[in-house]
Amino acid sequence: MKRLLLKGGRVLDPASSMDGVYDIFVMGGRVASIKPSSEARGENPQVGEGWDIIDCAGKLVIHGLVDAHTHLREPGEEYKETIKTGTQAASAGGVTTVMCMANTKPANDNESMTRYIVKKAAEEGLVNVFPVGAITCGLKGEALTEFASLKDAGCVAVSDDGRPVTSGTLMRRALEYSRLFGLVVISHAEDAVLAADGVMNEGAVSTRLGLKGIPDAAEEAMVARDISLAELTGARLHIAHVSTAGAVALIKAAKKRGAGVTAEVTPHHLALTDEVVSGFDTDFKMNPPLRAKKDVEALREGLNDGTIDSIATDHAPHSSIEKDVEFDHASFGVVGLETSLGVVLGLVSQGVLTLRKAVEAMTINPARIFGLDTGTLMVGSAADMAIVDLERKWIVDPARFRSKGRNTPFKGMELRGKVVKTIVNGNVVYDGEI
Amino acid sequence: MKLKKKDLLGIEGLEKEEIELILSTAASFKEVSTREIKKVPTLRGKTVINLFYEPSTRTRTSFEIAAKRMSADAINISVASSSVKKGETLRDTALNLEAMNPDCVVIRHSSSGAPHMIARHLKSSVINAGDGAHEHPSQALLDMFTVKERLGGLSGVRLLIVGDIAHSRVARSNILGFTKMGASVTVCGPPTMMPEGISAMGCSVSHDMEALLKDADVIMMLRVQLERQKEALFPSVREYSRLYGLDAGKLRKARKDALILHPGPINRGVEISPEVADGPWSLILEQVTNGVAVRMALFYLLIGGVKE
Repeated sequence: MKRLLLKGGRVLDPASSMDGVYDIFVMGGRVASIKPSSEARGENPQVGEGWDIIDCAGKLVIHGLVDAHTHLREPGEEYKETIKTGTQAASAGGVTTVMCMANTKPANDNESMTRYIVKKAAEEGLVNVFPVGAITCGLKGEALTEFASLKDAGCVAVSDDGRPVTSGTLMRRALEYSRLFGLVVISHAEDAVLAADGVMNEGAVSTRLGLKGIPDAAEEAMVARDISLAELTGARLHIAHVSTAGAVALIKAAKKRGAGVTAEVTPHHLALTDEVVSGFDTDFKMNPPLRAKKDVEALREGLNDGTIDSIATDHAPHSSIEKDVEFDHASFGVVGLETSLGVVLGLVSQGVLTLRKAVEAMTINPARIFGLDTGTLMVGSAADMAIVDLERKWIVDPARFRSKGRNTPFKGMELRGKVVKTIVNGNVVYDGEI
Repeated sequence: MKLKKKDLLGIEGLEKEEIELILSTAASFKEVSTREIKKVPTLRGKTVINLFYEPSTRTRTSFEIAAKRMSADAINISVASSSVKKGETLRDTALNLEAMNPDCVVIRHSSSGAPHMIARHLKSSVINAGDGAHEHPSQALLDMFTVKERLGGLSGVRLLIVGDIAHSRVARSNILGFTKMGASVTVCGPPTMMPEGISAMGCSVSHDMEALLKDADVIMMLRVQLERQKEALFPSVREYSRLYGLDAGKLRKARKDALILHPGPINRGVEISPEVADGPWSLILEQVTNGVAVRMALFYLLIGGVKE
């Protein structure tokens, strides 16, 4: 049986309120025990033959990140990403579990498609992959998919992400029906008619650039509708990629009333404003768009006060075919798996949020929202871990990404804090220099 | 003296001194168009490509005439916007044109930022002849030239721009240009045509045209695209015209010597009535004449002389 010792790192595990220098003993892919650091006690670690030892002194050891919002593009758009390359990217970013959205081609709207993804992920995936099934067949917004079959095949939530469920009645039925299975319904909250053919945030910057704007109201109108429907039905609603101050306020009020609502935010919406679009660079084009300073401030506050539960990348790889075109014609979406931790740690060092909060929002919180048995290093849990050098500075170079997507809004940026090793089920799946 | 930059992508990137240089250079070229032989050899052997992805008569012809009066070889390419999606990408088109070694590519495109994109890929100079609702720098330069010629300068001039500000690249370039030169700019139109945060560009915003007229030295009327009625930007042409059209009745509230500008093409009886368009203070055709001189100056300043 494979044995691994992570020696003398600072172990931070918000779920078990653990924060200190510990040795982690891994056996059979699980956390066998965690003991106060042997070196701190002036002893040699208590391991004999057959143990691999990783010296984690001076490093941070956390549970691997749980990214509840990614697009792995397989099947159908393998030129953008595959389950293999997407999970390689995840491993390089310290992500040990991803949920992949249903807007593949064809869409993940039936049991055999889900089984295909699960099988492919078992064969080629470097990290844990949990599919999200479509809410409606073909993401067309017309007929419900078979939630029971999707769940049996391995889906952990349902979403038409990439598109809103335009019909309020259909969304109501989806929420009602989801209660049978305890499936969380993830809302891509966008009033498509209000958003129309907008390509960036509507405001002073879009006006200056002459680009068509997407108003805050396009998001907020739909967040308000879906919260009302969640309260009407008593179902569990998760709002994907919250981007506006108004949406944060709506969710905060809903939570206060006890609605079954959770929410996520992306690293790019936490870190960037629409000012960066000024050069018409399509790597800054995503949906929802980068918003104004007031929104970024509200998102940060919402994360801190618990209105926003989790951080997810909305990793959306595209090729130059979709991106090296006019801004109006470029596809929405940016990659994020390999930069999310670095970007969020940057916010930690700026004092925007605490390290504990950051780790919580990227591990145990998304795991709890979707009922995944992951997100903590407690003894007995799967040994999915990331070893992080909090001090290491690095420059984001898309050419070095594992992802096929190069479309990052953080290119050329210096980040502080880098994953040096990622471990899934006790196996080192990303082996950087310590 | 030459412009320091390779491209003219917008008024936004221009210094006040550069605008002055362009306007004074245009003044010296204006005379060429009045000669019996309307041609100078300055740009002999240079190649200019007019790449137009949107229909245009005035601007394309103006650039073409300007190039030819400077003795450059001008080639016009019109790309029907309907074929854009199935045809080659803008980048590929630009690179193919570049392979023929032109000196300057003049581009008009319905997408904001399209000239910026091809400028990144090309070694030749790129002139933005209008991109989406973003900028139309040569139009703003000829508007500034026209006003400066009449009033002697731009500092302190009060410009009123009336119409669909939200969709107007002419408005944006003129707001930037006139304010850089020390003029004050007010934009006016119904709230449906007023983009969010426009005042951040340095202009004032009002919806009451009649109240603004008495304080304007220059009134610039914008073309109303009649198809915008479908987007509910205005309920009817009749009502738009009543509120924001410039006719003899409204003109009586303006200063007697107010100058009337319009970038064309005009909708007679919609945003401007025939008696105003054809009246003594209308500079609409003068703008067209000056457009050639300004574009000659742009070619000269961007591609004149020997490349370093």
